[in-house]
Order: sequence, then structure tokens, then C-alpha cells
Amino acid sequence: MSLDFNLGAFNDYFRNETFRDDFTYANSPAGIRRFPFPFDRDDYMYSVNMEPHVPGRKGSVFEHAFDVDEHYVSEMIDRAKVLASDPLRCQSLPHMTLAGWDLLELIMEAKARDYPQWFTLTKDGNRWHWINRPLGIDHHFTFLDDSTLPYGPFEYITRQTQGDFTLQDERDNDLWMDAGMVTSQADWSLDFDIGMSFMEWHAPVPLAHEKGIFDRALKFLLKLQHGAPVRRFNWTMTVNPLLDTAPETYPVWGPTKTSLTPENLGQKQHLRVELQALFRLPRSNAIAFSIRCYLGRFEELVTIPKWGRRLHRVIRDINPDVAAYKGFLRNRDAMVAWLAGYDDGAPTSPGFWPED
Amino acid sequence: MSKTAFPPAIKSRPVYGVLEPRPGAVHLVVADGEGAGAVTDMLAKAADRAGMLAAMHIIYTPGPNGTDQTAMLAALGAKQCYRAPTIPTLLPRLTRVLSDAHMGTQFYLAGTEGLIGQAERDIMATGFPHHDIQKEHRGSTVRRVQCVHCKGITENVATDPFVCSHCGLSLFVRDHYSRRIAAFQGVNIDAEDPGQVPPPVVRFT
Ligand code: HEM
Repeated sequence: MSLDFNLGAFNDYFRNETFRDDFTYANSPAGIRRFPFPFDRDDYMYSVNMEPHVPGRKGSVFEHAFDVDEHYVSEMIDRAKVLASDPLRCQSLPHMTLAGWDLLELIMEAKARDYPQWFTLTKDGNRWHWINRPLGIDHHFTFLDDSTLPYGPFEYITRQTQGDFTLQDERDNDLWMDAGMVTSQADWSLDFDIGMSFMEWHAPVPLAHEKGIFDRALKFLLKLQHGAPVRRFNWTMTVNPLLDTAPETYPVWGPTKTSLTPENLGQKQHLRVELQALFRLPRSNAIAFSIRCYLGRFEELVTIPKWGRRLHRVIRDINPDVAAYKGFLRNRDAMVAWLAGYDDGAPTSPGFWPED
Repeated sequence: MSKTAFPPAIKSRPVYGVLEPRPGAVHLVVADGEGAGAVTDMLAKAADRAGMLAAMHIIYTPGPNGTDQTAMLAALGAKQCYRAPTIPTLLPRLTRVLSDAHMGTQFYLAGTEGLIGQAERDIMATGFPHHDIQKEHRGSTVRRVQCVHCKGITENVATDPFVCSHCGLSLFVRDHYSRRIAAFQGVNIDAEDPGQVPPPVVRFT
């Protein structure tokens, strides 16, 4: 059994596009309207921004626990390429195998329920049958028996699911990042951070420790209940639709930050939004953290007038320490100048939806 | 010379205390360079110094700056006292000793961050609880740094930036620290502007 993709089905819906080399990634008009614009007001600062991860508006990225969108197939191909060149992007400490099975179950059940046209899960006791039509996968395996899958359960399911994932073991009243599939990260290294505690892996973040944000967030997470997931947004900026902005390859993609001109900025500069969700897992008591990355080109985002106005104001007024940490301080002024052309000064309505 | 005073730092950076004598069936001391002084200062505070020494195993190596206080430690009269020429030759012996160590063993780590970090990593890997491990920093502040690009570790880094001893990239030294790797993180300093490497400054001595 292998996990070679056998593509073909549904390619009228799933875009055939790249996140590297010629960067053909783009959002369709419908994709732009459902883009998870992360700003619900005209300014931004770190906060304990968590809400229940319950089904949201139909058609939105909140409709389902694990959003599958038009980029699914191409993202999974990109992930396979990253892993082929650097297998250290997926690691799991030995005691995390059960949590991997927990996550596999959570994702398979959710996808089969929410997208029956694409995914089917049939169970006969522990003998499971999984069909993933967009990737052309049809496997029989035994639940909780590692030897029946081509990869460990965590790697197996996250090679078929958009977004990065980490698994946190809970010990000593703390969370430990003891497994991860990390190929679309905003410049942090799983290989370096694996095994760290909640405060250790968050150590580089400015301002938020002093504001008590991480103390409150950790307390909240330790009480997270199975069946009651939560979600939050994070965001940063990326030049070109490059999913894999890894510290490992920074010398390769770093120079693109100097490639912006007033003429190409709207086309090259992307707002990078992470929709993050946290799930308590039933058998292992671990916490799964999904970090789903959405890329929106500036030109695409300003087709929604409210977002154009608001993005201009947020970036113009951002705390420089936050801009420096997120890695776009050197291009901040150029972004503001470009975005100013889309801000007529009109008031914006509260909330992040396109128009209200 | 006493405990090194570090400026406040981010939360992944290790913190060090002062070694205190504690009751234990076995006292395992791992030290380098000026760390020897932390061991003698700790023994001076012991209520039952002779009893502690009779259950003490000292594993020592000279510091990265050449400080070698083996004679001072050997003169203490511990049950066992061993001098390794370098940290890489010290670690296999530590691993062997750990394979026989029982719960209730007290660990005393003293000296540079490289030595303390690697010894702590190996002790934790055998399952000993961190509250049985004490750490006191003394002596050189040079850093053990892992290149995030090629994963190679450069020992005894004194300047920032420095050149990775494996892949040759110029790296700046972050305070972000991994206990699993026992190293700080080094990141390419001229990634965005290739060739523009600022002159190295001695930050760690
Ligand atoms: C348990 C699951 C979580 C994991 C695995 C995780 C992981 C991370 C990582 C790896 C970073 C990058 C740090 C670096 O620069 O190296 C980060 C940043 C951050 N995290 Fe978390 N995190 C988790 C939960 C949370 C929660 C619940 C909050 C809520 C307040 C939070 C708030 C932040 C913030 C504000 C940043 C800075 C982001 C930026 O400015 O781009 N994290 N997190």
C-alpha cells in the first residue's frame, strides 16, 4: 500500500496551481468572497482571541470543522514535495502515536460527514475503509494498528488534510508540542521547537507575554473539553503565494522580500491568514492544533471595498514591534502607500464579513 | 568567582540557580571549567560534608576557555572523580553512569551552558524528574548554536554573527533555545540581502 495520489476526479472544482516556481496560485471570485479576512475592526493588537469552533455561515470557511476548498489537491501535492525534500518537517515523538490515531479518526469522520461527495468512511469494527476521491485513495486498514498504513497515522492523515498540525501532550499542567506536520508555516521550525512547552515555543513572540496573554491562553486550553473545540485567527504577510515559508529555507525565499515595486506589489504581496483550531482528543487526552493557511493577494482583497479600507488602516497603524516580528517592517511603508489608493476614508462596519 | 548574572531573556532561555546540598543516596556532579568552584561552594554549605563526599561521583572537563580545576576537585576526596578531556568524551561516560542510577539520585550541573544543557538533556532522557536536577552557571558564556538551515551545531560561539562550521552561512544568534537539542538557534543574517553581513561583534566571552 502506498499513498501515491491518483488524481483526475473533480478537477473541474479543484484548481491545478502551484505555490512555488511559477506561482500560479490564485483565488476564484467565489474564493475571494469566502476569504477569512481576520480584522473585525480598523486596528490590531494581540489578544486572547478564542471562540467556540462551531459551524458558521454556510459557504464560509467556518462551515465545517476542516474546511476543504478549491486549493485542496494542489496544496497536498505541495506538501508531498516539501516532505520529499525535507522529511524533518513531519515528526512525532514515540509516545504520540495514540494521539495520531485520535486525529485520524477526528478528521476522517468530519470529512466523510461534511463532504460525502469526496470522502467516504465505512467501519466494520476496527476494520475501516477510507475513500478519498480527489486524491484517488482507496484504503482498507485496521484502526489502531500502525502496520496497516503506509505511514504513521498522524502523517497518513495530515498528508491528506490542508493546514499544518501539531499535537500537544498534556503533562505537569502544561502542554508539550510532541508531534507536528509543518509545511505551510509562518517562519518557525518544528524541528527546533518539538518537545517544547507552551511558554517555550511562544518565547520569541513580542509584547504578548507581558500582557499576560499566554498565561490566560494556557489556562484556558488546559480546561479544553472533548467535543468543544475552539478557534482563533493569526495572520502575517508573505511575498508570492509561498505556503512553505520555513526558517530552514529562508535563504531561498528571503530575497523575494526585496522584489516589491509599486507596480507589482498588488500582485505579489499576500495577506497570510491562519485559521487555527484546537481539539481535545478522546483517548490520548492530547490537544490537536490545526493551523490552516489562507493566502489572499492584495489585488484580490481590495475587490471587497471594506477590506481595502480596513487593511490600509490596520497596516498603517500597526505596532512596529509586531510588524518586525511578523517580518514585514521593511515593506510596511510600500504596502501602506499601495493600499492608500483603496481607502477613501469612509467608515467601515464592525465585523470581518465582506459587507454588512 | 560566583554565579553568572544574565540579563532578563525570553522564556525558552534556560535559567540557572545556585547549587544547594540536598539529601540523596547518590550525588552525581557534572561540571566544566569554573563550575568546579560551584561544587566546592556547595560542599562548604553541606551539614554532612564527609557523608556527601562518600556518595559523590564527579565527572569533570576543562572549560572552553581552558580553565582546568581538576586538581581542586580531585583533592576533595569524593568516592569517584573523573576528568574527561572534552565534553564529547564526557557524555558517553555520563550515559553509562545514568544506566545504573536509581531514583533519589541528586544531580548537580555546573559550568557553561553547553555542558549543562547537554548533561541535562541526557539525564532527562533517562526519565529523571527535573526537580532532582540543579544547575549553576559559571565561567564562559560562549554558546552552542544550531544552524536552522543545515541543522549543524557549532560549539563555543563567541561572536554574533558567526559562520556556521558546517554549511558556511553567516548566522545571527537568537535567544530561542531548545532543551532537546541543548542549543540556541542560528539564522542566516543576510538571507534577505545576500552578501550584506555586518562585522562580527564579540557577545559571548
Ligand atoms: C497549543 C497550541 C498552539 C501552538 C502549537 C502554537 C504555536 C505557535 C508558534 C510555533 C508560534 C510562532 C512562535 C515563533 O516565533 O517561533 C506561535 C505564535 C503565536 N501564538 Fe501560538 N500556538 C498555540 C496556541 C496559541 C493560543 C491559544 C494563542 C492565544 C492567544 C496563541 C497566540 C500566539 C500569538 C499571538 C503568536 C504570535 C503570532 C504572530 O504575531 O504572527 N497561540 N504560536
